[in-house]
Amino acid sequence: MTCAEFVELVTAFLDGALDEATERAFVDHLAECPGCERYLDQFRLTIAELGELPESSLSGETRDRLLEAFRDFPR
Amino acid sequence: MLPADDVLVAGLRSGDEATFARLLDSWSASMLRLARSFVSTDASAEDVVQDTWLAVIRGVAGFQGNSSLRTWVYRILVNTAKKRGVREQRTVPWSDAGPTVDPERFRGPGDDYPGHWRDFPEPWVLDGEFRQVVGRALGELPTRQRIVVTLRDVEGHSAEEVCALLEISTANQRVLLHRGRAFVRARIEEYYR
Repeated sequence: MTCAEFVELVTAFLDGALDEATERAFVDHLAECPGCERYLDQFRLTIAELGELPESSLSGETRDRLLEAFRDFPR
Repeated sequence: MLPADDVLVAGLRSGDEATFARLLDSWSASMLRLARSFVSTDASAEDVVQDTWLAVIRGVAGFQGNSSLRTWVYRILVNTAKKRGVREQRTVPWSDAGPTVDPERFRGPGDDYPGHWRDFPEPWVLDGEFRQVVGRALGELPTRQRIVVTLRDVEGHSAEEVCALLEISTANQRVLLHRGRAFVRARIEEYYR
């Protein structure tokens, strides 16, 4: 496996979606290549940070309007 | 923790305001982020979420329970957002062609080690800007990549959930996710070079 091939398989690897032979080749490459090891680490770090992005919230106005719509809905 | 779906649905159907308020406060933040990946402004995203909840109020009597309540609500959101996104002319055509890392980064065919790094990626020295850099890069992604990255990485949904929600194949989902992540990584690299 080349580095150029490795970098295209990272998401499939992280999802556990590689077939057995490809996964073995991926891991073998990883063990020998500090550049790809770093690439994979940076990919993981990127994913982790995406999960930390701040939340937005509904404006109080919209929230009030929705609660009112719920209250007034004919049942 | 929210109560089980049947309890929530019963609450909504009977007009229990506490149940509705609880759902509103638990899910709206995620829904806003998801909506924001379809439309171009925060205000539009808020409208999409509002319209979704209104559709939930009207439609919960007919909820069949074939999916979880949350999945049902998210599907309404995606449909609402898509309609609006199309109106806003934001559905950008997308292409899966080409590698996700600049081919110049790898050695050419004439080299002893073709396809291997010319120079390894540099280590990152991150600072307080990191979150903003990531947030900006997410905003720059093509629509479909941004939607998938938002669902998978920002919101933490599984691959299966995302495929079901967007009605795309597993392979398609993975390509969009991978391209989106690689783009964000490359933006971070550029910023900290």
